[in-house]
Amino acid sequence: MSEKYSVEFKGLVKKFGESTILDNLTFGIHRGKITTVLGFSGAGKTTLMKHIMGLVQPTEGDVIVLDTVINKLGELELREFRRNFGMVFQYAALFDFLTSYENVAFPLREFTDMNEQEIYDKVMGLLASVGISEVAAKRLPSELSGGMRKRVGLARGLALDPHIMLYDEPTSGLDPITTHTVYDLMRDTHRRNEHRGFTSIIISHDIHATLKYSDYIVFMEKGRVVEHLDVETFKKSENPVIRQFLEL
Amino acid sequence: MDVKAIAVSKVEGLGEKVLGYINGLGDFTNFTMKTVFWTFKPPYRVHLLFDQMVFMGNKSVFIIFLTSGFTGAVFAMQIYLGMKAINADSFIGPIVTIALSKELAPVLSGLVVAGRCGAAMAAQIGSMKVTEQIDALEVMGINSYQYLAVPRILGAMLSLPLLSGIFLLIGYGGSWLVGVKVLQIDEILYTQKISDFMRLGMVAEGLIKAAVFGYLIGIIGTYHGFNVTGGAEGVGKGTNMAVVWGMITVLVVDFFLTSFLAKIL
Repeated sequence: MSEKYSVEFKGLVKKFGESTILDNLTFGIHRGKITTVLGFSGAGKTTLMKHIMGLVQPTEGDVIVLDTVINKLGELELREFRRNFGMVFQYAALFDFLTSYENVAFPLREFTDMNEQEIYDKVMGLLASVGISEVAAKRLPSELSGGMRKRVGLARGLALDPHIMLYDEPTSGLDPITTHTVYDLMRDTHRRNEHRGFTSIIISHDIHATLKYSDYIVFMEKGRVVEHLDVETFKKSENPVIRQFLEL
Repeated sequence: MDVKAIAVSKVEGLGEKVLGYINGLGDFTNFTMKTVFWTFKPPYRVHLLFDQMVFMGNKSVFIIFLTSGFTGAVFAMQIYLGMKAINADSFIGPIVTIALSKELAPVLSGLVVAGRCGAAMAAQIGSMKVTEQIDALEVMGINSYQYLAVPRILGAMLSLPLLSGIFLLIGYGGSWLVGVKVLQIDEILYTQKISDFMRLGMVAEGLIKAAVFGYLIGIIGTYHGFNVTGGAEGVGKGTNMAVVWGMITVLVVDFFLTSFLAKIL
């Protein structure tokens, strides 16, 4: 397995009809680090994330995840491979017909041979680690606040001990205090799993949280990577677009 | 704008519409093929199938009870009014029972299920789509067609013949009540005529039709759910389309199925 990168893009191009969404991207996402993909709306961030998970096929180029060329995998291999990922969606995307507990237990029931007691222990452990009480565990997603839904989403994403955790605008719609609580939780989760090369990839608009919590920043504009730097170097960037973002 | 330009724009508009329908048909065929493929691929989630059968079957029984009882009763009364004029009122039993078993039970059960369950399928799957729950399934490595569409399609396909059977029995009960107890037709004559004219193939025809309608309602309901775009408005449109197309399909397919089954049964 590549020691340096968990995810590598080699000449990645994605076109929808005439418009080019991702334009010849070649870079890697560091293994064991928190990388945030930053950029304005329409920069291609979400399309990039979909390529990492194999949800869309590149028009040209390759996406290599954990040393596997993901765009060359067949349908069934790809589904198997996706168990390496955990994902927290913009609005959590919890299954609304299941309680918080059942949501976190869902991947364990689908993909493991664990018995109910083992599932209970693991789910309650995960929920406790994200600050969800036993009472809240019995609630449906519609009975939880936005912040709590994100926490349950994080616990569900971690259920199968993924190698890569993806966050799509994880704090969108949250107040500033809850935003930082969620970011703290993401960082703590990362640190707890860091020893096994756990990689966190965050899609965000939030420059302040990004600077505080990330190890690396990929700045995208119009389907291209403008900068890919560690946080300290990023802060000193002279690129006018990045300066504009930093001075917000 | 000159006449030529207007004509060209009309033709272009028509062409766009035709292409849209062809694309839609292609999408629908593609969706159908995928659901067939994933029906036979493990894992087989039997509990999801039972959940759907409970929702579509068990929870539709009361509506079927009401619909069938009154359909049988009204049909018996109408036939009586016609047949009495030619002194053939003893034929009410076989006429109502044959009509129920071959046509009314599968078609009316189909319409009830298309309205109740086709709408529910489209709304449930559509709202899961707009809230990224389907993406969440896919990211976990679970095929959303297999997890969401297949149990609903099979559930409708298996539930509808059962509901149609209940419709037939209760409908028969309704017609018996009106024929024997209200219109005072001799009970022995009533049942004797039924056994003279009824054939097992007629019941089989109704059950086969019901299974086909169930399959089609399932496919149409789930297809419109998966194709929801936008937010709540999209879910509403998808639900509406599922009900309208489900009902139309039941009535249109019934004609062709009747012609086909008449040749083989």
